[in-house]
Amino acid sequence: MGNLNIISRKLTHLDVLESEAIHIMREVAAECGNPALLFSGGKDSIVLLRLAEKAFRPAKFPFPLLHIDTEHNFPEVIDFRDRRALDLGERLIVRSMEDSIRQNRVILKHPGQSRNAFQSVTLLDAIAEFRFDACIGGARRDEEKARAKERIFSFRDEFGQWDPKNQRPELWDLYNARVHPGENIRVFPISNWTEMDVWQYIARERLEIPSIYFAHRRQVIRRGGSLLPVSHLVRPQENERVEELSVRFRTVGDMTCTCPVESDASTLEDIIIETATTRITERGATRMDDQTSEASMELRKKEGYF
Amino acid sequence: MKNIELLRFITAGSVDDGKSTLIGRLLHDSKSIFEDQLCAIEKTTKRRGLEGVDLSLLTDGLQAEREQGITIDVAYRYFATPKRKFIIADTPGHEQYTRNMVTGASTANLAIILIDARRGVLTQTKRHAYLASLVGIPHLVVAVNKMDLVGYSKEVFESIVREFEEFASGLNLRNIIPIPISALAGDNVVERGSSMPWYGGETLLEVLENIEINHDINMEDFRFPVQWVCRPQTEEWHDFRGYMGRIESGSLRIGDAVTVLPSGRTSRVRAISTFDGNLIEAVAPQSVTLLLEDEIDISRGDMIVKSENRPGLSKEFEAMLCWLSEDRLDVRRRYLIKHATKTARIIIDRIACRVNVNTLEQEPGVEALSMNDIARVGFKVQHALAIDSYAKNRATGSFIVIDEATNNTVAAGMMI
Repeated sequence: MGNLNIISRKLTHLDVLESEAIHIMREVAAECGNPALLFSGGKDSIVLLRLAEKAFRPAKFPFPLLHIDTEHNFPEVIDFRDRRALDLGERLIVRSMEDSIRQNRVILKHPGQSRNAFQSVTLLDAIAEFRFDACIGGARRDEEKARAKERIFSFRDEFGQWDPKNQRPELWDLYNARVHPGENIRVFPISNWTEMDVWQYIARERLEIPSIYFAHRRQVIRRGGSLLPVSHLVRPQENERVEELSVRFRTVGDMTCTCPVESDASTLEDIIIETATTRITERGATRMDDQTSEASMELRKKEGYF
Repeated sequence: MKNIELLRFITAGSVDDGKSTLIGRLLHDSKSIFEDQLCAIEKTTKRRGLEGVDLSLLTDGLQAEREQGITIDVAYRYFATPKRKFIIADTPGHEQYTRNMVTGASTANLAIILIDARRGVLTQTKRHAYLASLVGIPHLVVAVNKMDLVGYSKEVFESIVREFEEFASGLNLRNIIPIPISALAGDNVVERGSSMPWYGGETLLEVLENIEINHDINMEDFRFPVQWVCRPQTEEWHDFRGYMGRIESGSLRIGDAVTVLPSGRTSRVRAISTFDGNLIEAVAPQSVTLLLEDEIDISRGDMIVKSENRPGLSKEFEAMLCWLSEDRLDVRRRYLIKHATKTARIIIDRIACRVNVNTLEQEPGVEALSMNDIARVGFKVQHALAIDSYAKNRATGSFIVIDEATNNTVAAGMMI
């Protein structure tokens, strides 16, 4: 080979994953007319924001942040969401499911029902309202088996639907972002990251995260093998006992179906150790709505869920 | 934090070769399977009236696939050991194999080709080896599986390896590593086992953990396709003009003389900037922002290279093309090429010959291409492209073809 410039610096797996994600974000900015970044205040989208800073600073982001608010969110997460957008000086658009409910676009069987599945309606409405042609999301392929088969640039038809049988081939790092008017794509820059990578990255970058990711005392009830946090939406039923335990959340979402795990992890290092030794998958431990059937996520994605 | 590297690999073979069992075994024995996943497959195994835990169910597909008896191309799986992190591109076999394997292989450092020890080297094996060589996968593991069913015979293993190597000598495969395994019993996958004391080489996991991958990226030729021009136009950053992109190959230092293609204008590197601060030197595959000493006109689609090491610039080129779409190639249609960050119109000039992936014979006189066809094709392109041969540079020698009417990705190309 005859090259005398020996490169001493070895890139770690996080460096490689980070660079891949930055490259993906810049491709979206360059190839899509009107993208948005989905920011929920959860750990994966917190990582997305840091990657967007790395991709576009010193300029502003070439897209607004968008949150589809179920109004079933943990207050700590919503506070964090607003503060983070303000700190970054970026525009945050919030569209609420309450509006979809008021307009009869979403009809709930009962007021306390989980709203995760209905986010698609509000999301598709927001996409239409702002004419977004691309939404950048923080989904990862290791989360779930429907995700494992999804492209990084995931094409959606004009009904917002994902057709797993009709995906565009995706080769090398050459992404095809072309859409016809009315169609859009979802882009997942951290597709190849695992839960562990996300925690290691948060620790490496010293990113602030909502407090409920760390161990705290919380009132919970045991239901269906999971711990369910007591709130104005979840009240103990007869014969259910309220316990106060030290818990933390591995994911944050709809308060009616996002379950904490028992934990004493009070620092990022503790969380990383716990993540390394846990024997339960992230969604298996924490999402009651994914346990309904083996294909829950696949069905929701076909309906337009991100 | 510990420095661990990332290795991407692909598994080639059909269900009958024990591919799913092998992946299940790797995940299980490296303790990458969670209890709720294990519990779910235990239930399914029982429901299907079987005993124990069928590891192949770990790679079981989507509802759409189960209902319609189809398999959807590539699934990605992840596991880690204390030494490395792994991304598996798991591609199903059968009819669409060429398309799927080329897709999965395009980003892989290594391929595992599975051979059933009872059946030896088959047409399918040769096809997989050819595709691995076409896509330029640097390392190839030939996993001779089901050794338990041939009495763990050294002679059987050696004769299969001999036959494979004889065939492969005609291909461009740099590094072939044969391993005798039993995915079902676990021999030589993660644990060595005691059934094949005659085998002195590494287990499959040891190979995956130890193989040298630093040389997989071209470190000779600096190539920087410009993705995005950063001009904040704020008071603080009034004159800032940064060229953002990822170093696809090679390395760069401050002060290096660079040329911008296709314009041919030259300058020097004033700064290599990142969110975390400026660098003196950057290497592939880092994403960075370049600042040049001179103000020259540069936009997305241009490529910055070192002045002393430029790729060819041409409006015509030849490539190996793998047709991916169910719609046949129609030379009357309008197609686009996406090469690095540049998109341009192309004309498919002529199909020199099609390669029969089973016999490797070249078939001349072909008028059209169908899904899974591989052919040597001549192109004319609207704007001059900076061209590297794929054999020399995977990142800048590759391209996709997009149908302008449907916006679908219809082909993958490798420049010759």
